[in-house]
This record gives sequence, C-alpha cells and structure tokens, in this order.
Amino acid sequence: MKLKWNYSDLNHPMARAKGLGSAHGGLHHWNAQRLTAITNIPLFLWALWSGMTLAAANGADYETVQAFFAQPCNAILMILFLISVFYHMKLGLQVVIEDYIHGNGLKIICLIALNALSVALAVLSIFSVAKMAFF
Amino acid sequence: MTQNQTQTLSKAAMRPLSPHIQIWKWSMNMALSILHRASGIANSIGLCVLVWMLAAAAMGPESYDVFHGFITSIVGQVLLFGWTGSLIFHMLTGIRHLIMDSGKMITIAGAERAGMVIFILAITLTLALWGCVKFFY
Repeated sequence: MKLKWNYSDLNHPMARAKGLGSAHGGLHHWNAQRLTAITNIPLFLWALWSGMTLAAANGADYETVQAFFAQPCNAILMILFLISVFYHMKLGLQVVIEDYIHGNGLKIICLIALNALSVALAVLSIFSVAKMAFF
Repeated sequence: MTQNQTQTLSKAAMRPLSPHIQIWKWSMNMALSILHRASGIANSIGLCVLVWMLAAAAMGPESYDVFHGFITSIVGQVLLFGWTGSLIFHMLTGIRHLIMDSGKMITIAGAERAGMVIFILAITLTLALWGCVKFFY
C-alpha cells in the first residue's frame, strides 16, 4: 500500500509537511470532537442540574420555564450548551454516516443533510432561548 | 473435530473462518465501544426533544402545553428516563475515551475495571437523579 507521504515523483514532500493525510483535513475533526467533549461535560452537568430543579419545581410548567430563561446567566449557559452539544453531535453522527454508508452519492447526500439539520436545529433552539430571554 | 474428519475436509474448508458479530463473546471493551456509539445516536434523537421544548416554550403557553402533555405522559417519562441514562452513560464512556487519548488505561484489565465503574455509576446516578426529582416534586 502506497501512502500519501511515501515520496515519489508525483507526491511532493509538502504533502507530509502539511500533515493533512488521506482525509485532507488533518486533525481538525479529531481535535474539534475532543474540544467539544470537554466543554460538553460542565455544560451538560449544569443542564442536567437545571432540568432536575425545573422538574422538581412545579413540574417544569410554562411560567417556571419562562422565569428560568429570563435570567441572563441561564440563557447564556443554555446557548453555550446548545452550540457545544450540536457541534459534538454533528461530528459524531458524521463518523457514523462515514462508517456505515458506503455509496459515495448517498454518503454525500447524508452528510449534507446532517450539516443542514444540525445547523437548523441549533439556530431554532438558540433563537428560542434568545426570544425567551429578551421578550 | 477428529483426526479422521480433518483429513476428509478440503483445504478451503479447513481454513479458519472469521466469526461474524453474533458469534463473538461480548467483552467489556466491545460493549463499551458499541454502547458509546449507540448512546451517542440516542442522545442525538433525545436532543430533538430539547429543541421541541425550547421552541414550544418560546412560541407560547398553548404550544408548551402540547409538549408538557407529551413529556409528562408515561411514554414521555420512559423516553426521558432513557435519555437521562444514555446521556450520563455517554458522558462517562466519553471521559474514558479522553483518558485513553492521553495514553492511559489502554489495557484489557483497564477496560474491565473502567467498564464496571461506568455501568455502576451510570445506573446509580440515573436512578438517584430520578429519585430526587420524584421525591421533591
């Protein structure tokens, strides 16, 4: 098997120097997955705690939830949680699609759909939090 | 297989077969890896419920009542319980992955130990959280 960094007349040493490998993206995906994994931990624990307290107080009824997101600190932490968790979800599901869907056409369609859906859901939920925080 | 049988089989039939997924004896290593991915997929589906909650709460009391009716139903509570467990499990196996990324715990014994801790912690934490909420509400 010939690797990208095996020098030949056609493969320039720059390919190895750049270190992007066969995915042409280097370590970006791997790094981003770990970064969001780390940021997910405190934000998730906060969200879990908040969900518990909301459920324990009046069973998370409408007024309780509105009062919760009217607090700037809660709204900001929730938006940070949503960004971190949606990015992490997108990266994780991308690997699942790449592992199990072999046809190139279908794979690309699924990846585009995943990207679009992740961004759409993230924007929808962040906008919802912002609306509750401002109005 | 007796000596007699091996002699009668063709060379191709004697070659070792790669066992398929149903044949493998489940090991802790394998269980943690598969369940990490499975819980990740489950978490993504559960995330849609959070989006529903936030969007419904932003739209108004009528929309939120529909969501609230679903999540407080038996089906909603079972799904929410499963999602809590799945999230906690994924976080714990994720922490294990971060430890393994640093070069530690990459042994069979390490996986066995970590797996026991993860399963016990995930089940206890999920039950404790739900117990607390049900007790105080």
